[in-house]
Amino acid sequence: MNEANVGTTDQLIVNMGPQHPSTHGVLRVALTLDGERVVSADPDIGYLHSSMEKIAERLDYRQYISYTDRFDYLGAMCNEWVFVRAVERLAGIEVTPRCEHIRLLMAELNRLASHLLYFGAMGIDTGATTVFLYCFRERELILDLFEWVSGQRLLYNFLRVGGLRNDLPDGWVEQCHAAMDALASRVDEYDTLLSENRIFIARTRGIGAITAEEALAYGFSGPCLRGCGVPYDLRRVDGYSLYPELDFEVCVEEGGDCLSRHMVRSRELRESIKIVRQVLARLPEGEVNVPVPRRLKVEPGEVYERIESPRGELGCYLVSDGSDKPWRMHWRAPSFYNLAPLDRLCRGHWMADMVAVIASTDIVLGDVDR
Amino acid sequence: MSIHTIGVIIKDWLIGLLAGWGVPVELSRLLIEVLTWAVGAALCIIAIMLAALVFIYLERKVSGYIQSRLGPTRCGPVGILQSFVDVIKLLLKEDIVPAEADRVLHTIGPILFLAVSALAYVVVPWDEGGTVAGKVDAGVGVLFMAAVGSMGLIGIVVGGWGSNNKWSLLGAIRGAAQMVSYEIPMLLALMCVVLQAETLSLAGIVEDQKGSIIAWNFLRPWMWLPVVLFLISGVAEINRTPFDIPEAESELVSGFHTEYTGMKFALFFLAEYGNLLLVALIFSVLFLGGWLSPFGYPDPLRLPGIIWLLAKSLLIVLIVMWVRWTLPRLRVDQLMGLAWKLMIPAGFVALGVMCAVIMLGWA
Repeated sequence: MNEANVGTTDQLIVNMGPQHPSTHGVLRVALTLDGERVVSADPDIGYLHSSMEKIAERLDYRQYISYTDRFDYLGAMCNEWVFVRAVERLAGIEVTPRCEHIRLLMAELNRLASHLLYFGAMGIDTGATTVFLYCFRERELILDLFEWVSGQRLLYNFLRVGGLRNDLPDGWVEQCHAAMDALASRVDEYDTLLSENRIFIARTRGIGAITAEEALAYGFSGPCLRGCGVPYDLRRVDGYSLYPELDFEVCVEEGGDCLSRHMVRSRELRESIKIVRQVLARLPEGEVNVPVPRRLKVEPGEVYERIESPRGELGCYLVSDGSDKPWRMHWRAPSFYNLAPLDRLCRGHWMADMVAVIASTDIVLGDVDR
Repeated sequence: MSIHTIGVIIKDWLIGLLAGWGVPVELSRLLIEVLTWAVGAALCIIAIMLAALVFIYLERKVSGYIQSRLGPTRCGPVGILQSFVDVIKLLLKEDIVPAEADRVLHTIGPILFLAVSALAYVVVPWDEGGTVAGKVDAGVGVLFMAAVGSMGLIGIVVGGWGSNNKWSLLGAIRGAAQMVSYEIPMLLALMCVVLQAETLSLAGIVEDQKGSIIAWNFLRPWMWLPVVLFLISGVAEINRTPFDIPEAESELVSGFHTEYTGMKFALFFLAEYGNLLLVALIFSVLFLGGWLSPFGYPDPLRLPGIIWLLAKSLLIVLIVMWVRWTLPRLRVDQLMGLAWKLMIPAGFVALGVMCAVIMLGWA
């Protein structure tokens, strides 16, 4: 050891992931630690890359729907919805009111399922395992509804260009009401267990804080951005589908830290339950499908369609050359942008905070890598 | 008939037998002394093994109950054989030592951890006059337990360092910091009881609480602070949530035992549950009257003292499990802050109050 090294310590470089229990999939973070302090966190992505966008170029519009389920697998209904909306806009197809209602219903149920999983993951990442199992118990109610209507629990393949795979089965609406009632009473329980727990608040308040300006510069969206005090919710900003007619609140929290992001999702659970109940109450009768040619060719042109997925602004950019396949297709995946400032969020915090930060951005690696 | 009298009867019978064979009385006494120690040591290990088997099953059932699921149900009636099956599985697993790991340290880590845990059992007063090594406890049971207890972290550090894994190392360092810190409030709480009983012998501390439940330490108002301090630091000493940062699964993969498989992993596991029982036992001895019956001394129900001791310990274990499955985990700096900024000052306050109580002659 030479003279200059005396009294100094080395930095430790550790590989967090891709097989780490709390990187939410196959994220690898090259972590430089000084003791337990994070000096830098360098996310390395691409382990789940599956050429989603290139594949779209050799499948016709109908065939690609089942692929959209597979990148953000926790928000599959939303992915399908934004894709079919883009195609319908290109082709100039108008769907029936009942179809629109059911699509919105599915998207909100999917948001509930996704936020419940977030709650559980946040719990388990901060060491509270019981919340995780409670959330999964309630998520099961929603997955049962999905299974009943589409035959699938995760990758639904339910939406079609111009309609749906099938109408709601008999008794489904009553079951959905029952599920919402069960869920509404239990959301408070999660808050008691987790959101109001002193240890949890101490673990998340002021951790991974980011200002609204920076968040916008990084392209944050969804609950992460609303946690910074920006009331940006596409359901209100764009007012697509039936959202302008529905009564719900855009949940905004000041602070921009893990706790704010957490509280936004906690409140959105309640808002989504409200939306689902409203839609169920006004669900019109009628057909769900409009006639669409088996081989759908759209006029040349381009379209960018975006909706509010559970993770944020989910965009679908489609370019058509007039054939039955997209000429080019691009996903604006919210997780990708929400993961980008990881280093900025974690630097200077403890290693244990890394886990809370990753959990609070609620990334899905399939969505990041596509 | 207490354990003690059974022991005496067996000893007398053995001495008689050896005398009948023509062995000098002095030699046979020595032989029997050695034999007592060997049997005692074996009993300690068996106690840990049994505690671990029962507690692992219990933990899974309790957590299942808390989390509204069933827990193990497949092996035997209501899954009661699950722990045994797990042990057999662990025994049959390949023992993997990572490349570049320090083979020697990697092997002695878990052994040391278990050995230290077993050693502390030597001074537990199971029944009236019934420690495994009655004579060692003559005056220094508390001291012995504290000294041995603080050696536990050597096993963790050695295992974590020897694994040649950065996560293990981080876990080991965390473990060392945590166990050293929480030793202090634990000992301060212990000192209050020692002052109360005016003895360093654990058996003596139980004797001091002789009587029905109202004579026990936990009902004396000046003992309430030490009770809380001891329970919290006890949970921290055995690395359980909310203090499980040395093996924090979501942060450090598995902490210091990330690189362990098979029986070496099982040794860590056994020792952890052994420590859980130990803390519960010591807590019962210090504050809940050890082997005493809650209905007065001598016990009107004529139950062996060990039953009462185990019943009290089980209660403590259940509380610790309940806490584990409810609370999130503290962060490493919050954990250290809690120990140094809150619990150690509180420990000194408790000790001061205890001294005042003694000087005023209320004890």
